[in-house]
Amino acid sequence: MPTEILMPALSPTMEEGNLAKWLKKEGDQVAPGDVIAEIETDKATMEVEAVDEGRIGKILIGEGTEGVKVNTPIAILLADGESEEDLAKAADGSSSGKANGSAQTEEKQEAKAPADGEGEVKAPAAPKPAAEALPADPDIPEGTEMVPTTVREALRDAMAEEMRRDPDVFIMGEEVAEYEGAYKVTQGLLKEFGDKRVIDTPITEHGFAGVGIGAAFAGLKPIVEFMTFNFAMQAMDQIVNSAAKTLYMAGGQMGAPIVFRGPNGAAARVAAQHSQDYAAWYGHIPGLKVVMPYTAADAKGLLKAAIRDPNPVVFLENEILYGQTFDVPKLDDFVLPIGKARIHKKGSDVTIVSFGIGMTYAVKAEEQLREMGIDAEIIDLRTIRPMDLDTVIESVKKTNRLVTVEEGFPQSSVGDHIASQVMQRAFDHLDAPVITITGKDVPMPYAANLEKLALPSVAEVVEAVKAVTYRD
Amino acid sequence: MATAARKTASKSASKSPAPKTRGRRGSSAVATGTPVVKTPRPEEFTKEQELAAYREMLLIRRFEEKAGQLYGMGLIGGFCHLYIGQEAVVVGMQMALKEGDQVITGYRDHGHMLATGMEARGVMAELTGRRNGYSKGKGGSMHMFSKEKHFYGGHGIVGAQVPLGTGLAFANRYRGNDHVSLTYFGDGAANQGQVYESFNMAALWKLPVVYIIENNRYAMGTAVTRSSAETNLSHRGLSFKIPGIQVDGMDVRAVKAAGDMAVEWCRSGKGPIILEMQTYRYRGHSMSDPAKYRSKDEVQKMRSERDPIEQVKQRLIEKKWASEEDLKAVDREVRDIVADAADFAQNDPEPDPSELYTDILL
Repeated sequence: MPTEILMPALSPTMEEGNLAKWLKKEGDQVAPGDVIAEIETDKATMEVEAVDEGRIGKILIGEGTEGVKVNTPIAILLADGESEEDLAKAADGSSSGKANGSAQTEEKQEAKAPADGEGEVKAPAAPKPAAEALPADPDIPEGTEMVPTTVREALRDAMAEEMRRDPDVFIMGEEVAEYEGAYKVTQGLLKEFGDKRVIDTPITEHGFAGVGIGAAFAGLKPIVEFMTFNFAMQAMDQIVNSAAKTLYMAGGQMGAPIVFRGPNGAAARVAAQHSQDYAAWYGHIPGLKVVMPYTAADAKGLLKAAIRDPNPVVFLENEILYGQTFDVPKLDDFVLPIGKARIHKKGSDVTIVSFGIGMTYAVKAEEQLREMGIDAEIIDLRTIRPMDLDTVIESVKKTNRLVTVEEGFPQSSVGDHIASQVMQRAFDHLDAPVITITGKDVPMPYAANLEKLALPSVAEVVEAVKAVTYRD
Repeated sequence: MATAARKTASKSASKSPAPKTRGRRGSSAVATGTPVVKTPRPEEFTKEQELAAYREMLLIRRFEEKAGQLYGMGLIGGFCHLYIGQEAVVVGMQMALKEGDQVITGYRDHGHMLATGMEARGVMAELTGRRNGYSKGKGGSMHMFSKEKHFYGGHGIVGAQVPLGTGLAFANRYRGNDHVSLTYFGDGAANQGQVYESFNMAALWKLPVVYIIENNRYAMGTAVTRSSAETNLSHRGLSFKIPGIQVDGMDVRAVKAAGDMAVEWCRSGKGPIILEMQTYRYRGHSMSDPAKYRSKDEVQKMRSERDPIEQVKQRLIEKKWASEEDLKAVDREVRDIVADAADFAQNDPEPDPSELYTDILL
């Protein structure tokens, strides 16, 4: 049965092209891989190769023809023992030979149908992360001793506990071992776990982020410390393209159980390149979990959860919070759920949502608001992705007012996302527009006064709450 | 005839951008304290090895030709980078491995997958974006993986697989096993910064990783001589005391010999090593290629004088280890596998729409 050779496409978008040149003539014998013709578009040229063995029976489209539609038969190939008679039948269109070619065309159309049909196939709704499916914070047994602990110590304790528990957990980063951490978060770890598991890296963020992800592909559970997340911009490609996307691209076969952690956001007087909040950046990426704790207890419980999590987790700490002290329950294994907000303080007049160091503004503002007779509810989001919007919406249904607080830049901020979701899911419950308090839309300045102006302030939060509650 | 083929090979190599004299510049290696490693002589293959290499390389070639055809029919979308011409590299290296050794590469990856033993059906169905593709149709040509076959992808960002492959080696060392990571990248990726960040850590920590630079002479359309200040890519590890050699990547026996040496180097705890495979791709960078950056004569000369499959075929015939008829039978068998894969890949349904939201998080 003669085979039709079809006009190929150079790209999925190509519809037609020119048949620039025939390199074989009628009667020529061809073998698979032989270049038989050249086609071109305004963008590129391509050689047409024979796929089957045979003899060129007839050239249907002459050299130099322009505007040849993709999948048009351009020649007919005769197999061994086939004659001009078969050719005539093929050209006639009455033989089954024609069917061969057109069958392929039909196949193509069938294959493409879902993409072509406008609006025919709707994307299924995204599965809603059910709040009830998420475990609540574990109850702390009555009488549990609460130990005043700095965030710095809580993070170290979390890593040490997990490293004792699982030999596949190790930490790598700049100055994590002998120096005991640029911010002393890894204090004592080298002594306890040795240099096989506490590894000083060269200053090479892109490289060691990738090495960590490769080790995670192989089943280890690395903790990669960035001295600060400002330097993780060098590693952004590995975090986003390699860590976050591999599970999906591998159809679930392989992923990266890894934690990227370190201080994030503005420190003090270190200017534009060292002062940036990446919550919204990482929060944008499907395939990542993003955690940003405020208290020492959350830092400990969530870092332990992050290390155990089979997914890549970006764990955003804050240099200014490192030295702050909070009560941490003295429990053998204190693990908190990722993806669950915490109601920091109950209230009825307004909802203030914040996370990480943003909480310091919210907490101080709440004290002032209380004196004004405004009873604010504060929600500490704790996790940026997956975001516990249900807790926020439940609160807004009660208070009917919402203010968000973060240090990041205003455009496409975390607050923007919350505002848009609340607008879509609880519009009828809102008695005022949502106000998003963020850092100013400027690179961080160095001068002390300007730096202060660039960050959010307690006064701004108080003003925002007064605005949404219509107080003067 | 075999001698003739070798002769042409070396003649052709001397015309390549990396003249032999530079490759032998041993003094610089000594000056930096880098161990000096010599390119091993291609070992003679047994009949079984020749036949196995022939079949494996032919499978890759026929598979790629079919992929090119399906692309032309619009059944494969996006980018499709064919491996035709480079078959000896991955087939020779694979012959040097043992179970548990890992393989990772960039986006010209179909050959690597077939060589590691991944099924033609699953690879082709991934190319057509169907549900029984290796990544359920969600990865495509550039992103496929097989944990079972220790194939770690399939990576679309030029050079990104180099730290990842170094990380696989890190895991081997951490666990104290003797597995080796084969980390493949091209002459284009060899200019990425993260490659050198990886070299540094691999050498510092003596990680068991073989860096295989598949130098096919063109990064997309940019010749090595136009993109690289040092065109002898086997020297790219000198600053890190990583030894490297240039290998005739068109001769599967030369590749196997270099692979044996390199893998043994890593297994014995000496750290990383670089193999610059001097190879050639016959096709365009991807399916859409202007083909203006090199002459047709150059491509034709490579095909007719140094083709990796023809070299094996000639030896098999000459030694009377196989007749033309025997080899035709191999071709038929390979063709059947590829035809079956293509058929499967066209009839397999697209992924269920519900798959849109799966495999994002565990």
